[in-house]
Amino acid sequence: MTDLRTRWRDFRHGMSQRWDRQPKATKIGLILVFVVFLYALPEKGFYEYLGLPLGEYIPLYTTRNDMATVLFQCGYYILLALGLNIVVGYAGLLDLGFFGFFAVGAYTVATLTSPTSKIFTEYNWLDSPWPWLVALPLAIALSLLAGVILGWPVLRLRGDYLAIVTLGFAEMIRIVAQQNDWIFNGDRGISQIAHPPGSSGGKPIFAFDAKPYYWLVLTVIIAMVFLIRNLVRSRVGRAWVAIREDEDAAELMGVPTYKFKLWAFAMGAGIGGFSGALWAGQANFVNSSTFRLEQSILVLAAVLLGGAGNIFGAILGGFLVIYVPEWLRSVGDVFGLPEQVRIAGEPYDVSATNLRYLFFGIILIVIMIFRPQGLWPNRRRAAELKDREKEAMVGV
Amino acid sequence: MSETSPEPQDASERDVTSERDAAPDARTMVGVPPEPPTGTFTPLQTPVDPAGRRALLEVDNVTLRFGGVVALDQVNFNLYEGEILGLIGPNGAGKTTCFNAMTGVYTPTSGEIRFQGQKLSGRTRHKITKLGIARTFQNIRLFPEMTAMENVMVGADTHHKTSVPSALLRLPRYWQEERSARERSHELLDFVGIRRHDEAARNLSYGEQRRLEIARALATSPTLLCLDEPAAGFNPAEKDSLLQLIRDIRDTGVTVLLIEHDMRLVMGVTDRIVVLEFGKKIAEGSPAEVRDNPKVIAAYLGVPADAA
Repeated sequence: MTDLRTRWRDFRHGMSQRWDRQPKATKIGLILVFVVFLYALPEKGFYEYLGLPLGEYIPLYTTRNDMATVLFQCGYYILLALGLNIVVGYAGLLDLGFFGFFAVGAYTVATLTSPTSKIFTEYNWLDSPWPWLVALPLAIALSLLAGVILGWPVLRLRGDYLAIVTLGFAEMIRIVAQQNDWIFNGDRGISQIAHPPGSSGGKPIFAFDAKPYYWLVLTVIIAMVFLIRNLVRSRVGRAWVAIREDEDAAELMGVPTYKFKLWAFAMGAGIGGFSGALWAGQANFVNSSTFRLEQSILVLAAVLLGGAGNIFGAILGGFLVIYVPEWLRSVGDVFGLPEQVRIAGEPYDVSATNLRYLFFGIILIVIMIFRPQGLWPNRRRAAELKDREKEAMVGV
Repeated sequence: MSETSPEPQDASERDVTSERDAAPDARTMVGVPPEPPTGTFTPLQTPVDPAGRRALLEVDNVTLRFGGVVALDQVNFNLYEGEILGLIGPNGAGKTTCFNAMTGVYTPTSGEIRFQGQKLSGRTRHKITKLGIARTFQNIRLFPEMTAMENVMVGADTHHKTSVPSALLRLPRYWQEERSARERSHELLDFVGIRRHDEAARNLSYGEQRRLEIARALATSPTLLCLDEPAAGFNPAEKDSLLQLIRDIRDTGVTVLLIEHDMRLVMGVTDRIVVLEFGKKIAEGSPAEVRDNPKVIAAYLGVPADAA
């Protein structure tokens, strides 16, 4: 086992060195090829072009579920993970209710763009539903504001309080949405939410096919990667890391810790709201049942699984937490596993589809045992984790 | 513990304070103007030392309690521009507590600390740093996983204004401030003698880490630099070069407050010394005066049984 791990480490080290040695043009070229590959992922024609007809089972293709839908789901989860990664990974603040901001974004878009929203049908506050694109900035702004309002009192505290309050926040949003008949329409939800704009050949681009949404969210993710990198490699990013490593020392070295924690929180919340707005544009319908606590935990799991403090770790994590369970649905087909077994004449359902969360859980546990720092961690954060482990073993 | 609460001051305690005030240090009397004309701007009433230097920092009757423990008991001293002041005393005398009170970590229970004539109480710690007080820590508190460069850059960022919008869009201010932070950090690392600028702070040697703390503090462009036992764990050669470094820092115009146990270092570099024992100031004066002060000798060596 250890031998395997050293060999894997050497392999990775060699690969990263080889990558560093490439000229810039080659790097950019390879990245572009990879991006094109990402855009082509849900295209059936792409697999046929590769000589892999979809009739056969392609190991990575989800056969029991529309691949584009799965990828879109991955996309908005990646966006969520990117947002939460700023809060948890960079600034080191534990946020257990991140999905609350997703809900704020989704509900903002829903109430403003749906013709069935009570704003138009009962209260007549506005003349006509807004287009999706106009509601989007407001959705981002409102979730950002929600982040500021929540962070304002809470970020003065340290440690566990933040986790508890954020947990409560997400539940609060969900329960208000569920019980409030005033504009959220309770559990009946809001339907006929507007899609993003654009048409080709007289037909709207964004309708019920998930592919264009996937392309949209992928574009947003790529833009986000650049923006977040800009932040991280600036005074702001340095301040976040300093706060995470030693908050007292940071403050005594002139870092306005509270301000930057609030910024981290607000940025994360804004990205979460963006993700919610994108999702609402595709889903066409929202009600409170989407915003369960498990979702917040799943986003946190994505960040920790991928590797906190690293943009690409968060992307990997966000992708895996959605993709793996969906792929596990079809794993039975790939390996020809039985759907049922009979024990003493009684049929037991053992299909991979139904047991997928069991397998997913096992995978998560195994990863966390062998790579507690995440799959693709930030070098620095991994070292901090190790130091803390040592402290825990030596000290106390 | 429970009968004395930390904050509130009852009337009797205040009376004691005002009695003490009645007999102030002669030095603080110099340069205090008479009643300022009403309706106009009040000039800074900072005391001046015999050489005509203005007080940069005034510790005025500061008392600090933690429950029943009196960590600082009506401590009074001034720090004048351009000097190197030593703050010494046996372990537990309240030296670091005094530092913490100056840098905003603790708020004095009574009394106040003024910096360039401005009260420090009620200011947040990072604002105090921005005013011009920087410090190092007794037990090194660098950002261990950041590189030496980044550590210093965090300090240099104190006076920068780049925030999320300008960093996000890489506006001109971002480029300008990033470049100046980088240049300044390289300069400071060279100044304190650290060669490996891009090494993670935790991988630097112990001596380098102590020097890095000084560089990080200097990066905040302080007027007053507080060094908390910078020579702890140093060998004589390292102590000598630290001595030189402290002098060099003073020569750039920075006032230095030094907590140190090593008497050779303290006597060699400081202009004046303040001695604390059990939270009280027991002596103040030039190194020679302090060295011969019987109270100081008693505090450090103990009082012979027959004398007591």
